[in-house]
Amino acid sequence: MNFITDFTNDFYLNFIKEDRWKYIVDGLGVTLEVTLFAVLIGIALGFIVAIIRSTHDKTGKMKFLNWLCNIYLTVIRGTPVLVQLLIIYFVIFGSVRVDKVLVAVIAFGINSGAYVAEIVRGGIMSIDAGQFEAGRSLGFNYTQTMIHIILPQALKNVLPALGNEFIVLLKETSVAGYIALEDLTKGADIIRSQTFSPMMPLLAVAAIYLAFVMMLSWLIKVLERRLRNSER
Amino acid sequence: MKDKKSVNAALKEAWAVSGSPLIQVKDLKKSFKELDALDGVSVDINKGDVVFVVGPSGSGKSTFLRCLNRLEEPTEGQILFEGVDITDPKTDINLHRQKMGMVFQQFNLFPHMSIMKNLTLGPMKLQGKSKEEAEAEAKRLLERVGLSDRADAYPNQLSGGQKQRIAIVRALCMKPDVMLFDEPTSALDPEMVGEVLAVMRDLAEEKMTMVVVTHEMAFAKEVASRVIFMADGKIVEEAAPDEFFEHPKTERLQNFLAKVL
Repeated sequence: MNFITDFTNDFYLNFIKEDRWKYIVDGLGVTLEVTLFAVLIGIALGFIVAIIRSTHDKTGKMKFLNWLCNIYLTVIRGTPVLVQLLIIYFVIFGSVRVDKVLVAVIAFGINSGAYVAEIVRGGIMSIDAGQFEAGRSLGFNYTQTMIHIILPQALKNVLPALGNEFIVLLKETSVAGYIALEDLTKGADIIRSQTFSPMMPLLAVAAIYLAFVMMLSWLIKVLERRLRNSER
Repeated sequence: MKDKKSVNAALKEAWAVSGSPLIQVKDLKKSFKELDALDGVSVDINKGDVVFVVGPSGSGKSTFLRCLNRLEEPTEGQILFEGVDITDPKTDINLHRQKMGMVFQQFNLFPHMSIMKNLTLGPMKLQGKSKEEAEAEAKRLLERVGLSDRADAYPNQLSGGQKQRIAIVRALCMKPDVMLFDEPTSALDPEMVGEVLAVMRDLAEEKMTMVVVTHEMAFAKEVASRVIFMADGKIVEEAAPDEFFEHPKTERLQNFLAKVL
């Protein structure tokens, strides 16, 4: 009985009293917002970089752009995302007032783009050279061959890896509290600092992350199966 | 750009009335790093010719074929196709490739598209054909090769022989002026070679201009209007099939034929 009373009291203290549940719900909203827009930036950036890099690999053109992309990939993948976030917030936007959500979106988007780029490039390079030649021999130019023949196949091949990258991204946004952005993790931390009862808010937040990750994994699996079915 | 196009159109017109060869290859050379894959190849291919290119592996015959539509960039020399120098870097090679169908050893069908999509992609995206037009033409050609029931299948569901017949149809859908075959039966199980050769025989009988790189000597003897023997990146001997197989002149060809026949 004692246990149940403790639990109820704890629950009341952490979530009901002073509407503390709002920290969790609002935080979840911020986390999802940051993840969604960062994913979009990551995809856009990643595809552009992947196409530049694989075009350079295949044709030797775009030397300068490829060089820029290489620097981007090396720097972003060679430093912690948290450090990147802090630099963007405190150094790049240090002297201007700027929305923290926007900063987080930019930081995580730029970071994710580097990983997406290498995943997509791997996908492009994995497509048999014969596919490229078949497209070119019909009279498609390089870009048309990419769009109609190479990218659809590459994308299908890298879908699991891309999905995984987005799951990682969702979890990585939990460091956004370092710039005092009130995301899901920060929400739990605020409750903890008010109630001095860490277990319940932190476990709740962990469960929410887990639920979203499982949902995303399931979605990716369904999508994958559907894409594969179209080949049989 | 526009100027170049009109110049090319004029060249093509001049070519059409002149009765010059469909393809004129002049002193074609191709070097890979250390190796001279093609060492000065010159040949004329006339409309309706069925030219077979044979030779030992590494003789440069595939490189020669792949240079004809510049899948391989020639190092030196000239290729005139319908009167236009397609080795000129200013030439829009994509336009000319539409008129040069190519069939690969490994078929290279697009696995993410149905057969019908494989066949209509080029005509619709490159030649501005409507879906109905492109599909009607594809169906007509599918029927000719006996595969009209596979239009909705995907490449992975087909046998090798069926894949290669589809690959031929895909090239034909672009209404090419010449068909290039790069060892079209080399990746096939023996029992499937016949069905692909039958389609090629049909094409030859219809006076389609063809350049065929192959190891099928019996087929060359039967279908070719001319056979070219290549070795070490050069054309060693060139003759009508009877002459070529019955009375080879050079010792190299005699040795080669002794091994393969």
